[in-house]
Amino acid sequence: MAERTFRDGVRAMAPLLVAVLGFAISFGVLARAAGFGWLAPIVMSATTFAGSAQFASVSVLGDGGTVAAAVAAALLLNLRYGPIGISVAPWLTGSPWTRFLHAQLVVDESWAIAAEGEGKFNRRVLFGAGLMLYVAWVAGTAVGAILGRALGDPATLGLDAAFAALFLGLLVPIAKDRRHVVAALLGAGIALALTPFAPAGVPIVAASAACLLGLRR
Amino acid sequence: MIEVWLVVALVGVGTVAIKSAGPVLLGGRPLPPRLAGVIDLLAPALFGALIAVQTFGQGQSLAVDERVIGVAVAGLAIWRKAPLIVVVILAAAATGIARAVS
Repeated sequence: MAERTFRDGVRAMAPLLVAVLGFAISFGVLARAAGFGWLAPIVMSATTFAGSAQFASVSVLGDGGTVAAAVAAALLLNLRYGPIGISVAPWLTGSPWTRFLHAQLVVDESWAIAAEGEGKFNRRVLFGAGLMLYVAWVAGTAVGAILGRALGDPATLGLDAAFAALFLGLLVPIAKDRRHVVAALLGAGIALALTPFAPAGVPIVAASAACLLGLRR
Repeated sequence: MIEVWLVVALVGVGTVAIKSAGPVLLGGRPLPPRLAGVIDLLAPALFGALIAVQTFGQGQSLAVDERVIGVAVAGLAIWRKAPLIVVVILAAAATGIARAVS
């Protein structure tokens, strides 16, 4: 079998493009509705490039949470890129600067597509798929953030329920076994129990403690 | 508005740092299994919390309103394997319609 290339990465990503664009447009619209204006969501997509974390920080701040809570929620969600980065590290060759740039294109989807089994990753496929995703993510965010205002009051449109729906859609594919489901339920329980007493955003960060279940094996 | 830009800057810098840590610093040593197990459960725990608060949170109190209908519709759409964008649109539409008729 010939070694896969940059083009193979781009091609493998193509079927996901519509979904990614839709996801990016909804981020732009929801960020705009949460008071982010039009420029900040675009800058965030270009610099952070991690969908679920961006949604989380926007929803925490939009609900009146503090900057610290919004940042903590996003970074906790992105902690998974620590181990993911370590898994691809042996395959990212070149200067530290090249490795740094390649690392930015690692997101769940590009990482999955670049996997070649037995812990091997193809750096060119990762680069092709990641770059394609990046362009779609930033362009879609721009469309959503700029046109978002035309949509009117987010509450009448039910956009507030869109956040919960989106997180449910992100949770289901990663809830692979019972431990994941228990962690999700425990996280939900902690967050709801703390909501009446703690400032907005804090219950979400506190709920991350549910992951300590992972210590039990 | 300053808060928005602070969040954008801090999340951006933090994410870039997390993403590059492994590839730039480490030679690909595997994580201790216990730590890997904890990190594996971080995302589900946070998503569970976000879903709960976005569905029932009303500032500092809890409320059951039209959002529940939207989330239920989303659950149904996910179960029928609908793409994420369809799930989100259906949930928003269901909640919007429920509000309009109530």
